Order: sequence, then structure tokens, then C-alpha cells
Amino acid sequence: MQVDPIHQFQIKDLMPMVSMNGHHIDFTNSALFMFIIVGAVSTLLIGSTSRRAVVPGRLQSIAEISYEFVADTVQSSAGKEGMRFFPFVFTLFMFVLFANLIGLIPYSFTVTSQLIVTASLALLVFAIVVGYGFWRNGLHFLNLFVPKGVPKLILPAIVVIEILSFLSRPVSHSVRLFANMLAGHITLQVFAGFVIMLAGAGILGIFGAALPFIMVVLLTALELLVAFLQAYVFAILTCIYLNDAIHPGH
Amino acid sequence: MPRSLQAASVESMSDARENGEHDKQRTNEAALSARLQRLNEGLGHARSHARPPSDGSGADRATTASGYAKGFRLSSELVAGVVVGAGIGWSLDRWLGISPWGLIVFLLLGFAAGVLNVMRSAGLIAGTALDNTGPDRRNK
Repeated sequence: MQVDPIHQFQIKDLMPMVSMNGHHIDFTNSALFMFIIVGAVSTLLIGSTSRRAVVPGRLQSIAEISYEFVADTVQSSAGKEGMRFFPFVFTLFMFVLFANLIGLIPYSFTVTSQLIVTASLALLVFAIVVGYGFWRNGLHFLNLFVPKGVPKLILPAIVVIEILSFLSRPVSHSVRLFANMLAGHITLQVFAGFVIMLAGAGILGIFGAALPFIMVVLLTALELLVAFLQAYVFAILTCIYLNDAIHPGH
Repeated sequence: MPRSLQAASVESMSDARENGEHDKQRTNEAALSARLQRLNEGLGHARSHARPPSDGSGADRATTASGYAKGFRLSSELVAGVVVGAGIGWSLDRWLGISPWGLIVFLLLGFAAGVLNVMRSAGLIAGTALDNTGPDRRNK
């Protein structure tokens, strides 16, 4: 029995919506899971804060902890002024976190394992950093690319390198999340495939299948950690980039 | 980020010092450096205790996972720089018809940018918010 580890990332059209000039805009499984994620986050946060108890219950604790966690992250890496971006960062964090966590449920679809999704999020952050940076600092924003204390002779090369480094941010920002989720899910699927293949090979195979099965259990725990860690990394990088937009001077 | 937190707290201490009188400054400075040294020692102590030698049994899975995450982070930074440099060089070639010079020059610059990204991301050089230039200093 063969298991295709890539199959889980396939985009399926669930129902056709609009068709214009030969381009189809379909409601896919990816879109469905994005709706599920948004629904789950909204239900959790709205539901848990509807009864605002002084002594928080379980759900309210989750909401409060996630608020405080993200607020701390924003304040420590983007300063007090960064708090005006708190709703944005919080939305990003919750979306990515829930996308990663829901993706771990068997038979579900991992939205963040699609490069286009993470790239859109990273480009959104990039556009906000550039737009807000110029709006707030004017041309002083360009000071970001001119490090202090560099000899005049090599300054042009340094500026070009700094600009390239700045432009590479959305690439690494999006690829990091995407590649982590993709690699993790493929690994899980491959080991789960070993279990099925070995178990189909007779009595001895069933005992042999125990090894990759243990591996799958351990990997699931690891993936749970990675799911959280990558959402956190995505959020903190967003904060660091926003900090550059707020304080571009070196 | 404990590093930036530490830097920020040190900076706010130095801010407080500037507001004080001049004769106090010297003693404060001595106290500050003594305190810094103590903090550093404590930090080194905590670090050496926080990372027991790995016996490979998978008991310290959190350490392994964060090492894996770090490796992933650094490699994606390097690759991103090279890819962006190559992309810009290639499109300049197409646009201006100067092939292959744009690709050659920007691939090398992109590589340099990738190395810069990696060093920043690893905290080896200053320059981004991740390191020693916290939000406090920049407001001055």
C-alpha cells in the first residue's frame, strides 16, 4: 500500500463561485479552512469575553493569556508606540496559530503549508512597514538603509546590500513559516506511511510497525511545539519590522 | 527576547544616570559596571545550567526543537538574500539588456545581504531592533 505524502497539500475545488475571462475563482478546501480558522478564533475570543468575570474561567483565561502574551511581545520589541499595531499583530498571531494547530488534526488541511498564504501575509506586513514608515517619517525612513560609521568609500555598496537585505525580509518571513509546516507535515505523513506499509507485511511487520508509530506520536508532539513556535516567530518578526517603520534612524 | 530586554533596561539605567549630578556619576558608574558584571555572571551561570549535555535520548526535546528552529531560521535568511539578489539581477538583465552583468553583480550583493541577514538574525552584529538598539535609544 502506497502513501503519497504530498497528497495532503492538494487544493480541491469545493464549489465554483465566479468565472471571469477564463479565470475561475473557486471556493477551495483552503478557503474553507480559512473560514473555519476565522470562525474558531472569533468564537473563542467573543465567546470567552462575553461573560467578563473577575475571576476568569478557563476560556477567559485562554483569551487573557493570549492577549497578554502578544501585548508583551509587541511592547518588548516595538515599544509603546508599537501598541497601535497590536490589533494587527494579534490577528496575525491568532490566525497563524490556529491555522497551524487546526492543520495538525488528521484529515484537515494546513492553510499555512501553502506558500501563497504565508507570502500574502508577509507581503501585507511588508507593505504596512513601508507605507507607515514613509507616512510617519517621510524620507527619513530611508535612513534605515544608511548605517552610521561606515567609510564613505564603501557606503554605496553597503546601502545596496542593506536594501537587498530589506527586500529579502518578506521572502524569509513567508518561507520560514511555509517550509516549517510543509516539512513537518511531510515527515509525519512519511512515518505514518511506514506504519501502514509495515503493518500490511504480516505478523513480524506489525511488531516492526510499532517503531514508526512511536515516532509519529513523538513527531506530533514536536509539531505541536513547532506550530506554536512558528506563530510566535511570525508575530515577533512582524513586531521587529514594524519597529523599523516606527524608529528608522540608526 | 531577553537580549533586547536586558539592553533596554541597561539603557534606561544609563538614562537615569544622566539626569543625576556629576559627582554622583562616578560612584554610580562603578555600581553600574559591578552590577552589569554580576548580571553577566548570573546569565552565564544560568545558561550553563539551562543546557545540560544532550545524551541523544530525546529527553531534551525542547532544546533539539529550538536548535532545529534556529537552523531553519538562519538558512532561510541566507537563501532569501541570495534569491532576492538573483531575482533583481535577472530582471535588470531582462529590462536593460545588460545580461549577464546584472545577475553577476546582484547575485554577489544578494549573497552579501544574505550573510548580513544571518549575522543579524544570530545576533552577531548590531544594527536591527533585535540587538542592542532598543526602542528607548532611538527616541532620543
